[in-house]
Amino acid sequence: METSELIEKFIVIVILFTVSLGVAAYATYFERKVAAWFQDRIGPDRAGPFGILQPLADGGKLFFKEDFIPEKAEKWLFILGPGIAMFVALMTGCVIPWSTALEFGENIVEMQVADVNIGILFIMGFLSIGVYGIMIGGWASNNKFALFGAIRASSQMISYELAMGICVITIVMMTGSLSLKDIVVHQHGFWADGYFTWNVFKQPLAFLIFFICALAETNRAPFDLPECESELIGGYHTEYGSMKMGFYLFAEYTSLFISSAVIAVLFFGGFNFPGMDNFEGNTLALLGIAAMFAKTFVFIFLFMWIRWTIPRFRFDQLMHLGWKKLIPISLINMLVTGLVIAYCEGWFN
Amino acid sequence: MQSLTDRKKVVGNKEMTFKEKLYLPAIFKGMGITFSHLFRKHNTLRYPEVKREFAPVYRGQHVLKRDEQGRENCTACGLCAVACPAEAITMVAGERQKGEEGLYREEKYAEMYEINMLRCIFCGLCEEACPKEAIFLTDRLVPSTFERDEFIYGKELLVEDVNLRIDITKRQLTGKRTEK
Repeated sequence: METSELIEKFIVIVILFTVSLGVAAYATYFERKVAAWFQDRIGPDRAGPFGILQPLADGGKLFFKEDFIPEKAEKWLFILGPGIAMFVALMTGCVIPWSTALEFGENIVEMQVADVNIGILFIMGFLSIGVYGIMIGGWASNNKFALFGAIRASSQMISYELAMGICVITIVMMTGSLSLKDIVVHQHGFWADGYFTWNVFKQPLAFLIFFICALAETNRAPFDLPECESELIGGYHTEYGSMKMGFYLFAEYTSLFISSAVIAVLFFGGFNFPGMDNFEGNTLALLGIAAMFAKTFVFIFLFMWIRWTIPRFRFDQLMHLGWKKLIPISLINMLVTGLVIAYCEGWFN
Repeated sequence: MQSLTDRKKVVGNKEMTFKEKLYLPAIFKGMGITFSHLFRKHNTLRYPEVKREFAPVYRGQHVLKRDEQGRENCTACGLCAVACPAEAITMVAGERQKGEEGLYREEKYAEMYEINMLRCIFCGLCEEACPKEAIFLTDRLVPSTFERDEFIYGKELLVEDVNLRIDITKRQLTGKRTEK
């Protein structure tokens, strides 16, 4: 790899890193604002105009808190937990195609850190490692509430990852590629051959199941059982304070951002938008970024909207929904998709 | 058996229909309800800048009134202390000396008059008990402090300043005072 290419990738990585952290920080602010609006309140409005400096104040506060490790905790694992959570949440962003390539003179800069040809597998893999952050943190705390939270997190992740994976398989079957870039390019534009090109119109059921599973994977309400303030006083991060706690919260909001982006890529055409054929070059790339971020933000809002509407599931209901409903439905959906594809390719003639 | 009141309702634990079992219609309905709240007027007041208006009969911090010539109304009869259900009021009576006629309205006055604002339940019975229209509850709030002693208000905090009279006319017009 040439030096210029390395520098170019490095710049893209730094920008992605900053944007992920920035979006995560402002998601916390936005979440509080949205919660307030839904509850006929105003929300944070003291730090700066409209309270926009609130995330900085929160972050600053967390840095100045005592960095406490309980006496009976496993010290290194206790530190490792939030580290893993944060690392994994930030890593998943690197295979997401944010837009088409930008051109600077002769340099063509891809708006994607790495076009891995198994991009979606990479994301699924990292998402499942994400549970280790919670499990290790919860176990190392040496606290029964934290342990309960960790156990719930792991069983929940296992049950929902299956249905999620099957939904991804249907998309992969339709596209014929595991690369996220190919999946997006396959959904080019908005309308072609007398039908919508976006996957959500072809696979609405898969989208619904994937969305429910994404809620569970990011530990968001109504599936926030690992945290569960009312029963488990914070669940896996009961014993955490200071910036280690901040890392967990940050990781949660980063994965909220990344999950929204993945949903936008898989089902809502990523950087594609209606009428994109009228543009080209850098204009197309910039509009693509705007479309991608608009879709992502819509999903972040949807996640929050659901959180402030639906109460938390009971644990047996959660398991029941995962194993007895979502997995069979997604399996049937996959089977039907396979049959339709086979029929279209003329297998039955 | 026939019921006595006819008010009982038979609650059925009936099977859910397929539509209800799906939960999705109910979820969408709920989300519609929360979304409609986005456009509602919020109920929050930005407190230090905007203050909520008190009712005319609001019972806040007490005031010991003076009459038109600036003399203290209180004669330390002790009726307020007797009426007080929280036993928050205590006082020591004193005799008015020659030359103090401009300070106290009658021959007897309160040398010391204390209300413990932590004990006080702001019921307003002291005000009702007072025969001299000396004590009133006002629409002022008792400010918070860090020390318990600072909540025991003496005369220096309770008696109104001659030049800065506390207006209680609203209270006299709307409260039970009109009947007296």
